[in-house]
Amino acid sequence: MELQPFSDLKVLELGQLIAGPYCGKLFADLGAEVIKVEEPGVGDESRRTEPFLHDEAHPERSGLFLYLNTNKLGVTLNLNSKTGKEIFRKLVKETDILVENNPPALMQEWRLSYESLKEINPSLIMTSVTPFGQSGPYRDYKTTELVSFNMGGLGFATPGMVDNPDEEPPLKGGGHMADFTAATTAAVATLCAVFARKGSGLGEHIDVSEQEAVASFYRVPMTEYLYTQQTRGRALSAFPGRSWAGMLPCQDGYVNLAPFQDAHWNGLIGLMGNPEWAQEERFKDAQSRRQYAQEIRTHIEEWTKTQDKDELAEAAQQLGFPGSPIYAVDEAINLDQLAAREFFAEIDRPETGVMRYPGSPFKMSEGSWRLARPAPLLGQHNEEVYCGRLGYTKQVLVKLRETGVI
Amino acid sequence: MVKLPLEGVRVCDFTWVWAGPYTTFFLAMMGAEVIKVESKRRPDGTRRSPGPDGVVASNKGAAFNTLNSAKKSCTLDLTKPKAVELAREIIKISDVVAENFSTGTMERFGLGYQDLKELKPDIIFYSNSIPGRTGPRRHYAGYAWDSHALSGAASLTGRADGPPMNIGANYGDLITGTHGAFAILAALHHRDRTGKGQNIDVSMIEVVVDTIPEAVMDYLMNGRVRQRRGNRHDFMAPHGCYRCRGDDKWVAIAISSDEEWRAFCRALGEPEWTKDAKFADVYSRWLNQEELDRLVGDWTRDYTHYEVMEILQRAGVAAGPSFNVVELVEDRHLRQRGFLVDMDHAEMGRRPLPGLPWKFLSQPDPDYRAGPCLGEHNDYVFEELLGLSKEEIARLAEEEVIY
Repeated sequence: MELQPFSDLKVLELGQLIAGPYCGKLFADLGAEVIKVEEPGVGDESRRTEPFLHDEAHPERSGLFLYLNTNKLGVTLNLNSKTGKEIFRKLVKETDILVENNPPALMQEWRLSYESLKEINPSLIMTSVTPFGQSGPYRDYKTTELVSFNMGGLGFATPGMVDNPDEEPPLKGGGHMADFTAATTAAVATLCAVFARKGSGLGEHIDVSEQEAVASFYRVPMTEYLYTQQTRGRALSAFPGRSWAGMLPCQDGYVNLAPFQDAHWNGLIGLMGNPEWAQEERFKDAQSRRQYAQEIRTHIEEWTKTQDKDELAEAAQQLGFPGSPIYAVDEAINLDQLAAREFFAEIDRPETGVMRYPGSPFKMSEGSWRLARPAPLLGQHNEEVYCGRLGYTKQVLVKLRETGVI
Repeated sequence: MVKLPLEGVRVCDFTWVWAGPYTTFFLAMMGAEVIKVESKRRPDGTRRSPGPDGVVASNKGAAFNTLNSAKKSCTLDLTKPKAVELAREIIKISDVVAENFSTGTMERFGLGYQDLKELKPDIIFYSNSIPGRTGPRRHYAGYAWDSHALSGAASLTGRADGPPMNIGANYGDLITGTHGAFAILAALHHRDRTGKGQNIDVSMIEVVVDTIPEAVMDYLMNGRVRQRRGNRHDFMAPHGCYRCRGDDKWVAIAISSDEEWRAFCRALGEPEWTKDAKFADVYSRWLNQEELDRLVGDWTRDYTHYEVMEILQRAGVAAGPSFNVVELVEDRHLRQRGFLVDMDHAEMGRRPLPGLPWKFLSQPDPDYRAGPCLGEHNDYVFEELLGLSKEEIARLAEEEVIY
């Protein structure tokens, strides 16, 4: 079997939901040994969120948990107990990387600051992913995906242009996009620290703020404002001269078309059978068309409403301009493109049986992304890790379990 | 001088517009030498985004400068065989090649992975596109919007009674760009261990699907097709954006437990309406959220979104403004953390630009540069790195090879 890139890395993960665990998953799926530490009896919060397999709300049946924690070893540990903290420190001693997304105040309460952990392990890379970072006036503020998405600037930009701003609230992207943004950003930073350590042998404390990760996505509008000192707000009326193109209604849904150039426009009009209205001079070039966006849109929509979204998109691509149907989730998952690229992966697991999962976000010819093991059951690897690695006996493990340490 | 993590890594960077450059932005800011190969014949569209005072001039584009900070630029017109030869010379001394053209473009230039593997067997070749480099739709053209459309993400965004919507800030481009940086670094790490290079093929559709697993797993496990639902949540209520005082001002509020709800009620001064049995527990609030939203909105309406954030955060409730671009730039938390960083530019001087979205706490910040001018590093690349004479370079410029 091909060598996986991170088979030489050990990661300890102390996190919940997405911002920490997706970062851990990116390492685990490429071969790192990732030990996920969960609270005894309770486990990661994502075990308690839907969707559940067959709508059975069970901590071993959460689709999100199962996806986010593939390839990880799972242990339980109570960090509120003195013994729990001692055991955690032993785990830190043996690891390369610690990924955590706990509130800074909680890490302080647990006395797990980077300064104290660095003494046990000077080459430790500790990546802390939090809503607002380790410093600043909002450091201890509470958030959820909705609040992070908006405080990072993406809410106001979704959809960004509305008919009536006072009536239409900023919207959230479907799912947890801010959390995934923070987690992926943290993964890149962590890997950079791995590179830094190759030379110096020294670790690092990496401070990732979800607000900044999201604002980093918003860097182009921020820079435009920094340069021009101008901004337009969300009202559609503030964008005269914008293109008529974009999302158009079809008989079976919506299609996205972007025939910006004259050659593309001519192709589209040809497809429509060269209608009368399109023969007017004022519609002949791109610059001129921008002044009549609304009028053009009305004409085009009248036609697209009679068309099939897949056929329209295909015709656009043949004519050389972007066109894509807006797919519902089932259409997206059943896309021929994803099947041809073998995007989905399958694995068996106790409690759930064989299940399909979205696969690797990158195809690496040597990288060997692999679903070697499914997400762990709660505490599944307590024995393997605590006995096998740290040298505790099974009898001691029983005591630790009875006294609520694991 | 600060030693940066990726010093010693060289990237020959053919990427343009958003997704590709965002990937190599991370590498450049972390110390890799990223050499953009551009051309006057077809400059990057982002070079024409607005510059200071609204001027549109090829080196001052805002989008270009923030997506291409810390990189170098040389010009080569790849339609000329001599230019391709010079590109190959740069690649021979590079560790990574990055590109995000449409499928087949690099091969047409003679710069595809198979061509370059012969030239430099351990080259890491990174490719980013909407559909990916294989499959029946590999020739699909598109923008971020198309990755949102094809992945199902757009169908999950928008009001329940409205059409699908685009996600702001070209999310698809940037989440893909971030994954791309991770993939390139993984490949470099792999090469350190094995001496082998490789080909990396990133599809924007696949990346976006990987970031909407809630909906994807619901379909894979249960055959259910999730629909859009505005700002609603699986079980939290209140959960939404509420109008505040002022023009187009909104605050996001999310309350997940009875404890938080009680804190919320206390913060509001225990108004009568909060005592209604309809709002007595999490599930009841979720069932009655339409009415709940109206009542919450009636309260927030009298306050600015900053005030609501302060009142509720003090009570331990998740709330924060929906920042517009001005508020984001001026946010006191981002300012104190130094998210904006002064960067030098050859034509525009020293100006603040968004920096990296992380801090390495033991290191001081290095001096970052803004985006390069078109061909700014031609002398460095062709004379210093490739050893051409000044006369040769001048001749090649005249022949529009270095162009």
